[in-house]
Amino acid sequence: MLKDFFGKKVKVINLGIASFAEDLRKQGVETVHTDWRPPAGGNKKIQALLDKVASWQSKVKSAKGAR
Amino acid sequence: MVISHLIKKQTYFDSVTLMLIGSQVKKLAGIDSTVVGMCTDYNIDSLKRLDMYQSSFDGLTPNDLIICIKAADKQTADAGIAEVEKRLASRKQASGSAELPPSSQEEAASRLPEANMVVISVPGEYAAREAEQALNNGRHVMLFSDNVSIEEELRLKTLGASKELLVMGPDCGTAIINGTPLAFANAVRSGDIGVVAASGTGLQEVTSTIHRLGCGITQAIGVGGRDLSEKIGGKMTLLATRALAEDPATKVIVMLSKPPAESVLKTLYAELKNIDKKIVIYFIGADPKAIEAQGFIAASNLEDAAIKACDLSTGKKHNSEMSEEQIKEAASDSKMTGKHLRGLYSGGTLCDEAQRLLQPVIGEISSNTPVKGCKEMPDVYKSSGHCIIDLGDDNFTRGKAHPMIDPAYRSERMLQEIADPETGLIIFDVVLGYGSHLDMAGEMVAAVEEGRKKSGRNPLLAACICGTREDPQNYAQQQKILEDAGIKVFPTNVAMVSFARHCLERNK
Repeated sequence: MLKDFFGKKVKVINLGIASFAEDLRKQGVETVHTDWRPPAGGNKKIQALLDKVASWQSKVKSAKGAR
Repeated sequence: MVISHLIKKQTYFDSVTLMLIGSQVKKLAGIDSTVVGMCTDYNIDSLKRLDMYQSSFDGLTPNDLIICIKAADKQTADAGIAEVEKRLASRKQASGSAELPPSSQEEAASRLPEANMVVISVPGEYAAREAEQALNNGRHVMLFSDNVSIEEELRLKTLGASKELLVMGPDCGTAIINGTPLAFANAVRSGDIGVVAASGTGLQEVTSTIHRLGCGITQAIGVGGRDLSEKIGGKMTLLATRALAEDPATKVIVMLSKPPAESVLKTLYAELKNIDKKIVIYFIGADPKAIEAQGFIAASNLEDAAIKACDLSTGKKHNSEMSEEQIKEAASDSKMTGKHLRGLYSGGTLCDEAQRLLQPVIGEISSNTPVKGCKEMPDVYKSSGHCIIDLGDDNFTRGKAHPMIDPAYRSERMLQEIADPETGLIIFDVVLGYGSHLDMAGEMVAAVEEGRKKSGRNPLLAACICGTREDPQNYAQQQKILEDAGIKVFPTNVAMVSFARHCLERNK
């Protein structure tokens, strides 16, 4: 429930603009900044294939879990 | 002119870092143009447009960094490249820790498994897949990225709503969650007012004013400008409002948005009527009477929304920080040397608000983002007549950092407007808070002084400061910098606009 999240400490994963993570750290917010870069070297075709594999893996995982 | 370039393969920096460094290095003597960026389609097009493209750039990918500089001579161009490299190296050092940073969301999550929020500001084309991954792992999302399609937004918000997870955005620049300011947000005290907003600077102006009036907030949830459109159906507004309704710490709810789509409005009103808390609504540009007829408290502008929320929070009457008499007094010795008003805004909602408040009084206003009754500027780069401009709009920010971070274009425009004999009064905003430039007042004053010196003109100037005394910029110092330069300073946009109205009426 969203209301249960209210009042909890925010802990952040930051993807993209590094200064957002720096500002959060300065305020004492637990933050992990990611050295993000376009997946598959920016190659959209490979990225789409990787996404398909990931989606297939997740389906397999949930099917195994359901057994 | 000579062009020098440096390519760094498989080296990634975020666009804001690169755009800021490019803009700073362009100011160095002898440098004509800079392109400092990842080899995205946009940056490649920029290189071609500026006649800086070379066949050796063929095959570069968005994972490759290019530094390309056009300058008066080779020595200057090479020195420019060295300067960019130096600044990039110091950025790396500033953000660096002993440990190598994770290279993916998955790896970051393994380092901080208890993370409950993912802030995403990667290029729009990659943003949705990162957001989806965050939601699937049970984390809330703040989606700062723009250029996310409405179809992707719908998919993400449907997923988020099904899991009761926030999807703030896309194009959401600000939020304060559980006391933590995210991206561009101000240092605002905790209190009992919850804000749900589909407007970035609207949220900043209201939360800052609430703070300065002595009250505080529980949550300020940004939902993205399209949330109350027919297609999205207000999914996040509804989720956030329901949660605030059930939150015992929240006593008053404030809702800020453009007027919702008719079908969404019906659902929203039906939902809000079931909430046993005071609700202040400001649907920008909508008729307040229609809102009051539904039994809600309607605000007439952003400042009014903050005042009404504080009244309800404390049970005591609050007033504007500057009375109408004080504003009138500030305008009493105003003498405009030109007939027209020029507004140079970094905040879109503030620009919108200025147009709405002034149009009925002064008549014809042009803008790059015209509201009802105002005209579209034929050329956004040249003002004519009364003009109120949103410099954070796409026209001005393609390939450049937002004017709240990078003052370069606004400074240039300030010089242009001061030199224009039509200009009698210039109004502008200084938005403080996390993420914003650390000395916007200083940058604007430098531009004003240069403009006055070059043109010999001295039009009236007024600024409003959106922020709090707890913001990292030092509010009092920013105010003093502006006042020392002869600029009238106002606590809210509404007060500054009222000053402009008095000046224009006196100098008709």
